[in-house]
Amino acid sequence: MNNELSDSIKDKLTRKLISSHNMGDFIFEKLTLLFTVSVFLLVILMGYEMYQGSRLSIAKFGWGFLSSSTWDPVQEIYGALPIIYGTVVSSALALIIALPLSIGIAIFLAEIAPDWLEKPVSFLVELLAGIPSVIYGLWGIFVLVPWLRQSVEPYLSEKFGYLPIFTGAPYGFGMLAAVLILAIMTLPIISSISRDVLKSIPYSQREAALALGATRWQSTLIVLKDAKSGILGATMLGLGRAIGETMAVTMVIGNRALISPSLFDPSYTMASVIANEFTEATSQLYLSALTELALVLFVITIVINALARLLVWSMSRKWKTS
Amino acid sequence: MENKLMDSKYFFYRKKITSSIMMSLTFIAALAAIIPLIFIFYYTISKGVTYFNFNFFVAMPKPVGESGGGMANAIMGTLILIGLGGAIGIPIGILSGTYLAEFGNNKFGFLVRFMTDVLSGVPSIVVGVVAYTMIVIPMKHFSALAGGIALGILVIPTITRTTEEMIRLVPSSLREAGLALGLPKWKTTIAIVLRTAWKGIATGVLLGLSRAAGETAPLLFTALGNRFWSTNIGQPMASLTVYIYDYAKSPFEDWNQQAWTAALVLILLISILSLLFRIITRSKYKTN
Amino acid sequence: MKVKSILAGLLLTLSMSVVANAQLQLNGAGATFPAVIYSKWFDQYKNMTGVQFNYQAIGSGGGIKQITEGTVDFGATDGPMTDQQLSEAKSKQGSEVLHIPTVLGAVVISYNLPGIGKGLNLDGYTLSEIYLGKITKWNDNAIKKLNPKLNLPNKAIVVAHRSDGSGTSFIFTDYLAKVSKDWSGKVGKGTSVNWPVGLGGKGNDGVAGIVKQTEGAIGYVELAYAVKNGIHYANMKNKTGKFIEPSFASVSAAAEGYAKNTPADLRVSITDAGGKDSYPISGYTWLLVYQNMKDGAKAAELVKFLKWSLTKGQAYATGLYYAPLPKQVVKLCEKRIALITANGKKIK
Repeated sequence: MNNELSDSIKDKLTRKLISSHNMGDFIFEKLTLLFTVSVFLLVILMGYEMYQGSRLSIAKFGWGFLSSSTWDPVQEIYGALPIIYGTVVSSALALIIALPLSIGIAIFLAEIAPDWLEKPVSFLVELLAGIPSVIYGLWGIFVLVPWLRQSVEPYLSEKFGYLPIFTGAPYGFGMLAAVLILAIMTLPIISSISRDVLKSIPYSQREAALALGATRWQSTLIVLKDAKSGILGATMLGLGRAIGETMAVTMVIGNRALISPSLFDPSYTMASVIANEFTEATSQLYLSALTELALVLFVITIVINALARLLVWSMSRKWKTS
Repeated sequence: MENKLMDSKYFFYRKKITSSIMMSLTFIAALAAIIPLIFIFYYTISKGVTYFNFNFFVAMPKPVGESGGGMANAIMGTLILIGLGGAIGIPIGILSGTYLAEFGNNKFGFLVRFMTDVLSGVPSIVVGVVAYTMIVIPMKHFSALAGGIALGILVIPTITRTTEEMIRLVPSSLREAGLALGLPKWKTTIAIVLRTAWKGIATGVLLGLSRAAGETAPLLFTALGNRFWSTNIGQPMASLTVYIYDYAKSPFEDWNQQAWTAALVLILLISILSLLFRIITRSKYKTN
Repeated sequence: MKVKSILAGLLLTLSMSVVANAQLQLNGAGATFPAVIYSKWFDQYKNMTGVQFNYQAIGSGGGIKQITEGTVDFGATDGPMTDQQLSEAKSKQGSEVLHIPTVLGAVVISYNLPGIGKGLNLDGYTLSEIYLGKITKWNDNAIKKLNPKLNLPNKAIVVAHRSDGSGTSFIFTDYLAKVSKDWSGKVGKGTSVNWPVGLGGKGNDGVAGIVKQTEGAIGYVELAYAVKNGIHYANMKNKTGKFIEPSFASVSAAAEGYAKNTPADLRVSITDAGGKDSYPISGYTWLLVYQNMKDGAKAAELVKFLKWSLTKGQAYATGLYYAPLPKQVVKLCEKRIALITANGKKIK
């Protein structure tokens, strides 16, 4: 103990000695530190600003803001439930579509495809991630929505109209369009991280399985089991992206605060409410309610991202240490 | 005996067949991801090409109902906004990434790393809201500057993380060589470490900037938009993305068409950006 | 060499001064209702004077909000600010906000019914029932009764409304609240209301887009947007029981009926006007300006522009399907414009 202490003192002394020799190092460290602190403060400041902005609404509605379902700017009653519902449901359904596809792509890229095929396919999938969301929205309005309205939705309501999810008028604009667009947008995120996770698992795992007479699929299943938490993390990152996605969703979801079981009906998400209404919230309370929505969105994405990083991180650590 | 053999054979084939079916399904999944990509590119090119001419790059938008016109102001605006975003995001990103790699093996470093991850997950519209309340309201003006700051905040996490990772990849022998030559740490970091990691960092910067070029949501309440030519960063500024949004939801056929052309230009701009960086980084590496 | 550098210097200063001249820019934001004529006006005005009025159509709610926050030089709205909003703006910006009418417009009920074409008749009450979600099919008896000659399809009515705060919504809901007790009790009037049914589109263009792209859709948009898009719109029954096609003449008729009773601050609703030729869903659209501006140059230009818009500018109105202001109202406007000052000083 004593020894350690004296060691650390010695260490500090030598450091001080060196740094007094070298003002440059000191400045360099402090300068980079300054910028690092600024990043840190920025996030805190953002949260604080939004909390300040939403105090009026928090004081007036309390937790009821999250559980009441009337969003009525005329009466100045703001309940975010249908908006939160729209956000959660659109993202969750998008993931239900995107997840199996993404795992398929990840397996294909990591386990099956030869090098010459893997590279271009990964590149193409990653290109999907690079397309600006407003272009997805543009495509949604002029290609996806008319197709849904004219072909898909009439077909679904004719064949499966007895299901509550396929009832109502085929608008084209609505939950279904948003879900499909979000699925396409989250696909590259989930699949590329899952691919990396699969690749991080040592090849010996597969060899062992194959040596025991397993087929390729069986060995892949074993690898998937090992990669579970990593893939879950990737999915959560995709979820974070879907929940915060603004432009593409705003352009196709129909923009109405409504809780409806039908996928054909319009809906609303937190991000699109903010995009549509933020510049024109004329009363303080309205503005405050919108800022509170932004705060809720902020907190949700923080929690999701933190969980996701934790999962991916624990995964990569597991294989590094073993 | 024979029966048992048959059974195991049957079992064997069934296993084989399941395996190949599942494996081909993964191939179909990969195809399924590429189909929307092809669709989006197909429509953007085929619809965008109508107005894709010289005029589109040099002319200004026309009032509703008058055909023709271009988006010179929006193209310039997007370039300026990316420039502003870069001017703010790149130094903060690279310096904080350097700090994390060189001095960040402690609790504070862990916390900052977590914070940058959080920041990378914050929806861009939320950044727009914050930029509006913190910059537009106090300045009493919608401005390109506010938009640039919002974009800058959005590119920080990508640049910080890539910088850190790239610096960590630099072999310690290089660093030691610098220190052994008597260079102080800061000079070693700048002259040797950062220079070696340059290519990787540039890729991160490029990735961040091309994302910024495609952002719409944070510009809606900050840079707003401008019908005229403006390079003044204290004034509202046009951008391709906001124009695409406005023109896409407009009922005017002419404007819808121009939205596609703007989308095509935006995609080209992003591709050129990445190509440019690739060329620069490559040549730099060869001369080294 | 010397000559060259002097020349270059001269050129540089010249180009700088041109830039400086061209750079007087006034920023405004607000209503989408008059965006068509504003984009024409501002384009013309820039060509004539070099002064740029940058107008962004973000919705009337946005126009009111931004003038209150002081982030724009002028706002625009189709629904007048309330007294409370006016006093809030005054307390925040230290200046009164003036309403200056620019043109009149009609909110038309556009629809997309292939095979029907022009000439659908509607009345206010039936319209309110559609927007309340009580009438859901095009061949409902109430609509049939108004259109005995049309072969209405058994199709669902897709209701479209604005998702953003809008003066067009204000005029529309103001009208519905006047003709339907149910509507005024359940929904009320405002720039953004809690819609019982329907799809939301952002801006006049968003709603027109939905109507244009969706069979069976009905939506309220400003006349110019409907005409420019070639979508059909309904004749509305007015107070005297006549079905009136929206046009600048029938809108002017509504305004003239009200002109004598126009209050000095020019905030007035002209929906459901009397007079046998009046189109019932008509309204003014206003520019919102500070009574006392901080920037003298901007104030002078704004006043110049407002005067131009009331005189020469009015000539553009009918071509773009707006109705020009009645003469008496122009006089009232000029009185209001004379009140504008820069830092307390009158503007020549």
